[in-house]
Amino acid sequence: MIQMTAEAAEATRTEPVVQMSGVSVSFPGVKALQSVGLTLRPGEVHALMGENGAGKSTLIKALTGVYSIDEGTIIVGGEPRTFHSPAESQAAGISTVYQEVNLCTNLTVAENMLLGREPRSFGRIDTRAMNRRAGETLTRLGLDIDPKSQLGTHPIAIQQLVAIARAVDIDAELLILDEPTSSLDADEVAKLFEVMRTLRAEGVAIVFVSHFLEQVFAISDRMTVLRNGQFVGEYLTAETTQLQLVQAMIGRELETLEKIEQAAEEHTVKTQGAPLMEVIDLGRKGSVESVDLQLFEGEVIGIAGLLGSGRTELARLLFGADTPDHGDMRMRSKGTKLRTPRQAIDHKIAFSSENRRSEGVIADLSIADNMVLAMQASRGWLRPIPARTKDRLVRKYIEALDIRPADPNALMRNLSGGNQQKVLLARWLITEPELLILDEPTRGIDIGAKAQIQQLVADLSKDGMSVVFISAELEEVLRLSDRLVVMRDRRKIDERANEDVTVSDVLEIIAGEVRNDA
Amino acid sequence: MTTVISPPESPAGSPAPRASRGFTFPTRFLPVIATIALFIAMFGVGSFRYEGFSSPQTLLSVLVDNSHLIVLAVGMTFVILTGGIDLSVGSVVALSTMIAAETLRAGWAAPLVIVTVLLTGSVLGLLMGLVIHYFEIQPFIVTLAGMFLARGLCYVISLESIPIKNETFTSFASGTIEIGDYFITPSVIVALVVLVIAAVVLHMTRFGRTVYAVGGSEQSALLMGLAVARTKVGVYVISGFCSALAGLLFSIYTLSGYNLGAVGMELDAIAAVVIGGTLLTGGSGLVLGSAVGVLVLGLIQSFISFDGTLSSWWTKITIGVLLLVFVLIQRLFTRRTT
Repeated sequence: MIQMTAEAAEATRTEPVVQMSGVSVSFPGVKALQSVGLTLRPGEVHALMGENGAGKSTLIKALTGVYSIDEGTIIVGGEPRTFHSPAESQAAGISTVYQEVNLCTNLTVAENMLLGREPRSFGRIDTRAMNRRAGETLTRLGLDIDPKSQLGTHPIAIQQLVAIARAVDIDAELLILDEPTSSLDADEVAKLFEVMRTLRAEGVAIVFVSHFLEQVFAISDRMTVLRNGQFVGEYLTAETTQLQLVQAMIGRELETLEKIEQAAEEHTVKTQGAPLMEVIDLGRKGSVESVDLQLFEGEVIGIAGLLGSGRTELARLLFGADTPDHGDMRMRSKGTKLRTPRQAIDHKIAFSSENRRSEGVIADLSIADNMVLAMQASRGWLRPIPARTKDRLVRKYIEALDIRPADPNALMRNLSGGNQQKVLLARWLITEPELLILDEPTRGIDIGAKAQIQQLVADLSKDGMSVVFISAELEEVLRLSDRLVVMRDRRKIDERANEDVTVSDVLEIIAGEVRNDA
Repeated sequence: MTTVISPPESPAGSPAPRASRGFTFPTRFLPVIATIALFIAMFGVGSFRYEGFSSPQTLLSVLVDNSHLIVLAVGMTFVILTGGIDLSVGSVVALSTMIAAETLRAGWAAPLVIVTVLLTGSVLGLLMGLVIHYFEIQPFIVTLAGMFLARGLCYVISLESIPIKNETFTSFASGTIEIGDYFITPSVIVALVVLVIAAVVLHMTRFGRTVYAVGGSEQSALLMGLAVARTKVGVYVISGFCSALAGLLFSIYTLSGYNLGAVGMELDAIAAVVIGGTLLTGGSGLVLGSAVGVLVLGLIQSFISFDGTLSSWWTKITIGVLLLVFVLIQRLFTRRTT
């Protein structure tokens, strides 16, 4: 069916190019896909939608033979097929362009487009014919790129287009574009869409994965939505609104989030008396200019600000990870100097870093070992935690935080991002802190885990724990915090009670300061 | 024999991509041009300082004395281009000389001996390649094991050095090819033929392009559906074959099999490849550069022997300095392009 002529293809136009049904894929301890279906028709752009961790990439890799499927069928061109490698699926007319450009920057554009299929004469590669053919394909797609130039000399956007040109040259019946626009600017996206429309008109089926809803609505004909590795539904783009799509992607977590917001609003803090922590004129050269801040028991302070505004730097000062140049700090009205994280831990302060992978997770240790690390550190290495205590604590937090798999001996590397984050939170909760500093605790984890972590923060503050919550997602900060601190250019520019503050209010505060400066 | 490349006198003279040669672009030649420039500069300094150094025979003698190393460096280039390394080659050279000497002493016919040696080297390379690819073990460790294995096998064959008295081998050894007033040996011809074949394979076959692709990004090559497994195993077979061939040339050069011979020769080969401009991370470099790298190493030795007062350890010191300088240059080069 690869050699199907144009007429034959026309005749079977309604036949799907690919039909996946009941596909399940699992990794150690994780069920990544559960009985998912996907139907791709010729001459259609099909958007594959879902939050991070919904299973989009897994589904694509299951189709192209990178992962093997546990259950289900994949019908390609009317025949059931199982691919064992990307080479096999390519031979069947399925080409994939990944988010990261998977080409060789040390070779030329033409070589990259035709690697493995170079035109040959007498066993020798015919370089001239290769450059000509590559040039023709590029021209057909309306791309002005010198096929003889080295790929590495071009910007990522051009490399991305070359990757698509390679896929097209294979005579693909199905072209999979996995987040191709994440590194492109508006003009480059327009160029990409032009190429996609050209191919669609030629009868190619295209799978388009993107996080940008506007782009999806601009280019796609049909959408399939996944959530938590499960099939939610297939929709015609023309008959779907953005709100409907978002609801399909997020699902019942939307309700949970609304509930958290309600709880946070009802949550009140006594701001009389001595604060738990007070800093006056605290700062460090090149990191944060003098900050005054009071933090009361059971209070959640949200820190908002753009990347590089000093959010993380402030958190590190509060935790003693960086030493302040000037200013005073008081814990429960007593003058305190924090020079090392160890001292902060002794003062019952905990800090969960934004760099989960490099500063928190120890991938080759088990869930249990990762959890007791901070507690062990605060006890000193000469006083091991009794096995029974350790066991009890670990089981308690696995249950309390709904960590999956619920196996204390599972290795961290096999956990999803959300579950890793929960283990890190448990690591600090075991030390029973009075102040918990969370820097970007929900970055890069799926919506379900996000909601759970927000719920946890709300519950902890209700029990009297003080929390400093830092996140780039303003909705999250506003949902959880009692008081809001806005940072910009390494300074605190605003502080207010979080009552009826909206996202646009915060953006205005950040932008307003810019106008004042100018 | 160096007509394939652009004349070294005009390194920056052709910035525009030339239509006649589709696969070339100027940046790819830069490291090789640097090596050639170094070679010419060294030759100039030598000619200036020492009487008789400027004779073409100096150059030809370098070729004669190092033809086995050129073959070795060619095989090593394939491996390094994929981002691997082969530490076994020196020991395989020694093993090859031992097998040749021992079988010749036992009265085997010369062609049979040659085939046996070449087969042994290739099979050793094949085994190492299979282990490296399918068990996903570092090439450094696998070929280190191969190095010990081959060296150990030398002692299994004989504890002492074995002289070679076979007529085919001795006549090949004493044979010379006159070029005007100067001469080279048949071994030089063998080395140059290997060099040309390697260049053709690397640049004009799918296998060759896949070697570069794997070195550029193995993950990408796999996702592009290229025959990564065959290529990765293949380069170690080639390196094994070249080691065996180099061993034959070495046994002709020394007319003996010596189990302590060629110690550290794998490092000379790696040094030559790196000085020749091939990136140790793979994906970039020319086999011609490795040959020039061998000539640079050879010329250092000529320096020492012409001077007469320098200890031969200066060879090692100079190689060390050159290697460091070239690696630093490569580092700057790659940092600039990325």
